[in-house]
Amino acid sequence: MTGALSMRRKATNAVMLFSSGVCTVIAVSVLFFILGYLFVKGGFSLNLDFFTKLPAPTGETGGGMANAILGSAKVLMLATCIGVPIGFLAGVYLSEYAGAAFASIVRFTTDLLNGVPSIVVGIVVYALVVLKTGLGPLAGGIALGIMMIPIALRSTEEFLRAVPNSLREGSMALGAKKWRTIVTVVIPAAIRGILSGMMLNLARVAGETAPLLLTAGLSMYYNHSWSEPVATLPVMIYTDATSPQEDLHQQAWAAGFVLLSLVLLVNIIARTIISRGAHKLR
Amino acid sequence: MATAATVAPRVRPEGRALRFLRRLKTGDEIARLVALTAASTVVLITLLFVYQLWTQSALTRHKFGWSFLFTQGWDTLNDKYGALAYVFGTATTSILALLIAVPLGVGAAIFLAELAPPRLSDALTFLIELLAAIPSVIIGLIGLFVLAPVLESSVVPLIKHVFGFLPIFQGTFYGFSIFTAGIVLAVMIVPFIISVSREVLLAVPRDLREAALAVGATKWESTWQVVVPFARSGIFGSIFLALARALGETMAVTMVIGNSDFISKSIFAPGYSIAAKLANGFGEATTGSPILSALVELGLVLFALTIVINGAARLLILMTTAKGTK
Amino acid sequence: MNPLSPAPSLDPSELRPAHERVTGTSKSDAVSAAPKLKSVNLNFFYDKYQALHDISINIHTSKVTAFIGPSGCGKSTFLRTLNRMNETIRKTRVDGEVLLDNANILHMEVSHLRRRVGMVFQKSNPFPKSIFDNVAYGPRINGTKRKAALQESVEKSLRRAALWEEVKDKLHKSAYDLSGGQQQRLCIARALAVEPEVLLLDEPCSALDPIATAKIEDLLFEIKNYCTVVIVTHNMQQAARVADYTGFFLLGKLIEFDDTRIIFKNPAKKETEDYITGRFG
Repeated sequence: MTGALSMRRKATNAVMLFSSGVCTVIAVSVLFFILGYLFVKGGFSLNLDFFTKLPAPTGETGGGMANAILGSAKVLMLATCIGVPIGFLAGVYLSEYAGAAFASIVRFTTDLLNGVPSIVVGIVVYALVVLKTGLGPLAGGIALGIMMIPIALRSTEEFLRAVPNSLREGSMALGAKKWRTIVTVVIPAAIRGILSGMMLNLARVAGETAPLLLTAGLSMYYNHSWSEPVATLPVMIYTDATSPQEDLHQQAWAAGFVLLSLVLLVNIIARTIISRGAHKLR
Repeated sequence: MATAATVAPRVRPEGRALRFLRRLKTGDEIARLVALTAASTVVLITLLFVYQLWTQSALTRHKFGWSFLFTQGWDTLNDKYGALAYVFGTATTSILALLIAVPLGVGAAIFLAELAPPRLSDALTFLIELLAAIPSVIIGLIGLFVLAPVLESSVVPLIKHVFGFLPIFQGTFYGFSIFTAGIVLAVMIVPFIISVSREVLLAVPRDLREAALAVGATKWESTWQVVVPFARSGIFGSIFLALARALGETMAVTMVIGNSDFISKSIFAPGYSIAAKLANGFGEATTGSPILSALVELGLVLFALTIVINGAARLLILMTTAKGTK
Repeated sequence: MNPLSPAPSLDPSELRPAHERVTGTSKSDAVSAAPKLKSVNLNFFYDKYQALHDISINIHTSKVTAFIGPSGCGKSTFLRTLNRMNETIRKTRVDGEVLLDNANILHMEVSHLRRRVGMVFQKSNPFPKSIFDNVAYGPRINGTKRKAALQESVEKSLRRAALWEEVKDKLHKSAYDLSGGQQQRLCIARALAVEPEVLLLDEPCSALDPIATAKIEDLLFEIKNYCTVVIVTHNMQQAARVADYTGFFLLGKLIEFDDTRIIFKNPAKKETEDYITGRFG
């Protein structure tokens, strides 16, 4: 090996390794850029009105997104009531009761459901629900709820399986019935992971816009109905951003900042719970 | 601790029905049935979905057959529908996104897996996974108000200046185009590539790296010529996963792609993706109408695409993890 | 591999040649009333594989019975049939009878059976709860709700497991804060809290150091006063120290069962003698 070859190899080594670092820096910078931009554009214009007032009539400035916040809350609440129980209980079944064959079938269909693009979920719920009851929080909640099921199921199953079998045996040997063992020993042992999984799940669907476009619709007002169009935060962001009015763009930034902050906050909390829990478990 | 001695009762072999009812009383069976119902519901919902996608698109499927995929034009007046423009748009934006995200993502994954000290690597990966959590509509905001203007004012003129002779770079650029959408998609899929590739690289056994270094390879040579090839299928798996994600992305794409029903040679021209078209086209759809059927058929096409890509991704990732544990 | 040094009371040179041996029996059978636990022609199958062949044995009330034998001989499998713990494994089958106070356990409600026949496992398995909640778990599921009754029960069980003094000030701390030996005694306390008639112990000391082991062995002498004890051990000296009766298992069969002194000094079967003297592990 001549000295020149060594030089070239050394140079390649340095350049390529440096480039890989650059790639990482770029990726992380994008995150900070987005966060920063939203903070500057949206955070500063945030005021109390945003949380308390309805959108201003066309042409006027000011107003807020109180209806969108309430609407999102309503839709997410329904989604949680649908997605969490079904996903959780199904996860319990797969972990504690199911035979190998049925479990594979369920897992396969769950993966299938998980792979459905969110817009396609919107289409199906549109065809099944909206055409009968109209746009509204009901349809929106159903769409988002269905999207929550696969992740709820998988994460519940994963964390329950991680509980050592010796704990189940210990409980059964004391005369506890199976359901009691599951409820008082197995689930509590896995509760950290399951809860954080649910939080991540919720954060994910909270930002979903596409299915809501087709199921929840949009409204400039707020009412208590479940089958009339309702404003939701993500849809408002989209509508305001693509509107020709400048001040609506500003509303979009503010709303974007609020949504992003909430989603990221929940993500950070949930992930911290999981990683701390991992160190604690024996 | 003595209990009264019990005489063993004379027992007849019980029928299965009787045993079932007895188990039911103990509450254990009820718990099992409730959980079973939930699991079955999941299967039923999925089947319902597939069924709906199939039946609601029946009208246009029968009318156009396979030519649906190969015809351009979306004519709601004359009920003539073709998916080609959208398939084309989805394909080009995805390819563009991959061209940007794959080198970037694999490069970053290499850094995080091979070079960075563990704690730094974990911290940076945490941040990158947060990037994946950003809602699509927010990326769309940035794409719409930041990226498009920047591209229009600085980047595209530069590209045109140097490469303008190529047909793909021709035509006027108004900010909303396949090109913009491709970049935005790249931002959204890069975290997946990084996250999965990093895990796959970390799973490569230590001895391989050490063997390479021991014969005098540089760190880069060991990584690029030994570790990465070993993890190759997993990395491809991550790319497929990212692709599947890109196919379904709706909001960010529809905010910057320009929403044009026609195919153009240039990436600077506006276009449409399947997902974006679905988001915008629903205003006119009513029960039983051909429009609804065409839109659902589009959804079916998208669904089929994602299944295939997801399946391939899973297989590839499985192949690598199996290798690693041998 | 068993340590080759024989039990203190053993001296291989004392063993008489086979034809001169007293056929050891009957002192055990002559004893007392009906046995607490009894198996009759018990066969056990893991799917198609037969793990236990025709085991018939009497476990006597308020005595310590030990099962010894090389790894894989079926002693743990047999122990687990006594409280039907094998039912938690798929595709297992039992053929024959096991009687608790002359009632077939296979016809009892299994959770009732397990309250009467408790078990302590090889590796301690406390629940991720406080020390108090671990011990109170059994009484709670049995319906005891009053705080005072629970506290009484917990203290009684912890005393019986010789753990009370060490943990009385930290009952609400996590069970995982305890040492390995303490956790195992906690598991014993937890099992005792439901006041079982029989306590099954599956190699309870195999993961513990000699001091912790000695503490648990001492416990067994006390426990047998209010409980019938059945212990599986791979350590012959342990059996010789604590057990009144010993059963030797080999390849799924019960080779010999008798008074511990007879088993170790004067075994009737050659296989028993070979095992005791360490000719195979």
